[in-house]
Amino acid sequence: MTFINYASREINCKIVYYGPGLCGKTTNLQYIFDSTAPQARGKLISLATETDRTLFFDFMPLELGTVRGFKTRFHLYTVPGQVFYDASRKLILKGVDGVVFVADSQEERMDANIESLYNLEENLQSQGYDLMKIPYVLQLNKRDLGNIVPVEDLAAELQRKGEPVVEAVAATGVGVFDTLKAVAKQVLTELRKG
Amino acid sequence: MADTPILLREQQYHQIKAVLARLRMDSSAKVVFLVDKDGQEIASQGEVGNLDTTSLASLAAGNVAATGGMAQLIGEKEFPTLSHEGEKESIHISVIGRLLLVIVFDDRSSLGLVKLRSKQVSHQLATMFEEIAAGDFDDDSPFAGITDEDIDSLFS
Repeated sequence: MTFINYASREINCKIVYYGPGLCGKTTNLQYIFDSTAPQARGKLISLATETDRTLFFDFMPLELGTVRGFKTRFHLYTVPGQVFYDASRKLILKGVDGVVFVADSQEERMDANIESLYNLEENLQSQGYDLMKIPYVLQLNKRDLGNIVPVEDLAAELQRKGEPVVEAVAATGVGVFDTLKAVAKQVLTELRKG
Repeated sequence: MADTPILLREQQYHQIKAVLARLRMDSSAKVVFLVDKDGQEIASQGEVGNLDTTSLASLAAGNVAATGGMAQLIGEKEFPTLSHEGEKESIHISVIGRLLLVIVFDDRSSLGLVKLRSKQVSHQLATMFEEIAAGDFDDDSPFAGITDEDIDSLFS
């Protein structure tokens, strides 16, 4: 839920990166963290297992700049991708303003993408949101790998409502900021509607 | 569709800060925070210093959400208070509707005192927040006239 503080002149919005296990959600955040000036971002909090799999969530506050005299702060979250962490995923979607679905472009992960997208729709619904109405971006990650599905086929299978589709290689930063920009833009446009 | 934004006006913000300042004094706490259940920090009072209040707010909300999930699994609606006691510093969290009152304290205070004082202000904070949540996203909102150029300028 967007939170606007007139006293400190701040807008705070919540963006959640969703997707199947090992699709690169944390890598997106890590890249943003590594390439942003320290004064524009807070700590990257990672609640991960010993093997670096996200256990509960990753979190990073990011300040983008000023709009109409208000500082815009985006709180970026990832969910744990593994199927059995569904209860945690639901919790993290509470109060969400925008969602990025990170799809794994590899052929063998197609079923996992579809399952995770279905799970996203279901979990949004359980929190009272509708994927068709919420700011939303589809990121096709790992475009540098050999065994990938063509963009058109991925979009045909995963695109839900004409949302922006961004090709990415999160590990090297390709498409990471384009994705963030696409979703942030939609969130701020929603604010204009009130 | 996303939820309606919460607008915190200047006067309301200062009213909340005043309640938190009083609570901090009465409970001999180090820091007192008010956090939204989604993890947004609303206001804080006390010896904030180098404390990363944004992360603390997010983790407190995650903590309450996780224990709330556990509560529901055993047939409870939620756990209205959570306490974490450390060797020197401790945290007490109370759930007040969609707000979390987070109190950081050390051996200058005690869990009993913190619990008592938070309970005493919870009704007042709940009432204040009801008014805030009922506030309109009115025409004088600076965002009604936001342009595509304004948004683009954030990324240039």
